Amino acid sequence: MATTTLAPRAGTFSRSWVLDWLTTVDHKKIGILYIVNSFLFFFAAGILALVIRSELAVPGLQFVDEATYNQAFTMHGTIMIFLFVVPVLSGFANYIVPLMLGAPDMAFPRINALSFWLLPLGGLLIFSGYFFGGAAAEGWTMYTPLSNARYAQGVGTDLWLIGLTLVGTASILGAVNFIATIFKMRAPGMTLMRMPIFVWTVLVTATLILLATPVLTAGLIALFIDRNYGGAFFDPATGGNPILWQHIFWFFGHPEVYIVILPAMGVVSEILPVFSRKPLFGYRAFVLATVGIGLLSFSVWAHHMFTTGEVFLLFFAFMTALIGVPTGVKMFNWMATLWRGSLEFTTPMLFALGFITMFLIGGISGVMLASPPVDFHLQDTYFVVAHLHYVFFGGSVFGVFAATYFWFPKMTGRRLNEGLGKVHFWIHFIGFNLAFFPMHPLGTSGMPRRVADYAPEPIWVFWNLVSTVGAFMIAISVLPFLVNVVATLINGERVGDDPWEANTLEWATTSPPPPYNFDKLPPIRSERPVFDLRHKHDAEHLAAEPVVVREEPA
Amino acid sequence: MTVDAPTRWSAEMGPSAAEIARREAGMPTPLVGMLLFIASEVMFFGGLFAAYFNARAAAAGEHWGPPPPAHELEMLPIALPLTLVLVASSFTMQFGVWAIRRGNQRAMRNWTAITLLLGVIFLAGQLYDYSILGFGINSGVFGTVFYTLTGFHGAHVFGGAVGLTILLARAMQGQFSARNHVAVEAISIYWHFVDVVWIALFTTLYILK
Repeated sequence: MATTTLAPRAGTFSRSWVLDWLTTVDHKKIGILYIVNSFLFFFAAGILALVIRSELAVPGLQFVDEATYNQAFTMHGTIMIFLFVVPVLSGFANYIVPLMLGAPDMAFPRINALSFWLLPLGGLLIFSGYFFGGAAAEGWTMYTPLSNARYAQGVGTDLWLIGLTLVGTASILGAVNFIATIFKMRAPGMTLMRMPIFVWTVLVTATLILLATPVLTAGLIALFIDRNYGGAFFDPATGGNPILWQHIFWFFGHPEVYIVILPAMGVVSEILPVFSRKPLFGYRAFVLATVGIGLLSFSVWAHHMFTTGEVFLLFFAFMTALIGVPTGVKMFNWMATLWRGSLEFTTPMLFALGFITMFLIGGISGVMLASPPVDFHLQDTYFVVAHLHYVFFGGSVFGVFAATYFWFPKMTGRRLNEGLGKVHFWIHFIGFNLAFFPMHPLGTSGMPRRVADYAPEPIWVFWNLVSTVGAFMIAISVLPFLVNVVATLINGERVGDDPWEANTLEWATTSPPPPYNFDKLPPIRSERPVFDLRHKHDAEHLAAEPVVVREEPA
Repeated sequence: MTVDAPTRWSAEMGPSAAEIARREAGMPTPLVGMLLFIASEVMFFGGLFAAYFNARAAAAGEHWGPPPPAHELEMLPIALPLTLVLVASSFTMQFGVWAIRRGNQRAMRNWTAITLLLGVIFLAGQLYDYSILGFGINSGVFGTVFYTLTGFHGAHVFGGAVGLTILLARAMQGQFSARNHVAVEAISIYWHFVDVVWIALFTTLYILK
């Protein structure tokens, strides 16, 4: 809305287009580089998923041999988690967080560029195993002794270790940058308790990355030393301990789950209030729940290791169940935000609602797996695969698409076509459930994960075929999305600076924002400064009150 | 904090004098960045120390130390003097920081040079120690954790020495003053951190045998 927007200074100096993007330290361009790079890896890993599902469509080996299959699921998991979901959310955070804080850029723009450029380098190293005798094939968890020098002889595993070390370093540097930005770059009036929820989730995520990823780096280096220099960290024959790898990996790996889900929760918490035309219910409770999840996430790692017999089941089962409480608080807040709102079912809203419903299923299956007796039965079955996909895909990836549709107009000035967006959503949503819901009955009936072939039990044959159909539906759903992006970039509807009538500061500047983002900022007296600006009589009321009061919109 | 009437625009992009004062009141952003980076380094060494104690607990009741025929680790003649060298370098580093806070460029330059020299002595001593220890990274789990921990610590000393060299080069050009020396503060924090890691490592390897 033009009336709520401040016109920033125009004009910038020009440079060659390619050189500009290669050398940019502008957080907005780096954010777009992150997002584009991540989607390229998403498509690559998605093709690997189709390889997996094609092989599993019917019993027997049809398309690939076991070695190729092992590489496919290893690369699929690694790329999806480390090179798609984490960096794509970092990309949105890169673009949006400084805007939401009223800052001109990140705290360390050049380190920001370094964090990005390490990513494609690390990703290509991980992928390059395919050209050197086969990629890593031991699963994205890379358990020892499967991954030691005797059982994983290819150089692919070493490339995986080196590449992941680079990707991890990139995230650590990014985390330092986000935390410093959030603590040092906020505009006047932007107190911590007025920060948008997305910024809060990025802050907690960055803290988790900062404290968890270095432990993985230590483990990756230890495994590299074992494989290449005769080390004995994980070799019981010379005094090492293979279970140590699982401890190190999951001490990182469980916070990683929240690294992946928290920013997506933040995205949803920005979108729901906008399209419910209500403030987020229970802002403070939401902040506390986010911080609580972050704290608890460091005390639950061994629930991935119940069946090793090496961990204290009661403690980790209890802590894992406990983490359901702050998550439940968030669910309640989202429900209450929607309650009696004047809902608008735009594409970002649909993806946000998809997030809530699918993540709920993933959360419930997570609490089931937190119970050791259930976990003993379901460990390494497809039930676990179903659970993690409902969290990662039903949760994070729905959040990623919600963010894409929501902030595309801010990044380009053009809104993605709503019709195509809704086609995308529904094919995606139905395909997702077809692909992953059958994995629950597959798991409870005992089908193991990470196998290329299975016995022709009627129940397994049926559900696997359904799942494969769903996987191809997800792949097809990407087509309307890609068409939409390309068509909108060429000839999309120009929608002005604030097409959604949103709440947070990124909508107070032009679309796309100019270098350094703002010439002027509106006053910041709540976590919804642009809303206050649009409803000035409410804002006057706010100014008279020393305490920030949130009002129902008229 | 005072607030403007909400019906008018406020906060011109150029920060006001009060805003500049507010920003300068806190810790400088580069120091925040360095402290956060060090937090991640603490976790990195935490992971390696966890590996050390895991292996040591697994060896409970058995021999824990360099595999024969190598000798047991001894503080003298190398490890303890090197420890003193590194601890001393933390003091010389801090004298340099205090000097530049007073604006004394020459003293800062000299203390930085001495710190760098002590760091190089430590690295050379460590390499010499490696050459006479008589066991390697592939001599069982003790060799693995010993060389990984001390090696990564040494790599961090090397990184600190590179930082000190840059500081020294910049100091030679007179780039630091009482007002403008955040790089000196940042590198000094890193150097103290590397020192503290060594104290933990020395205690673990040589005292809690």
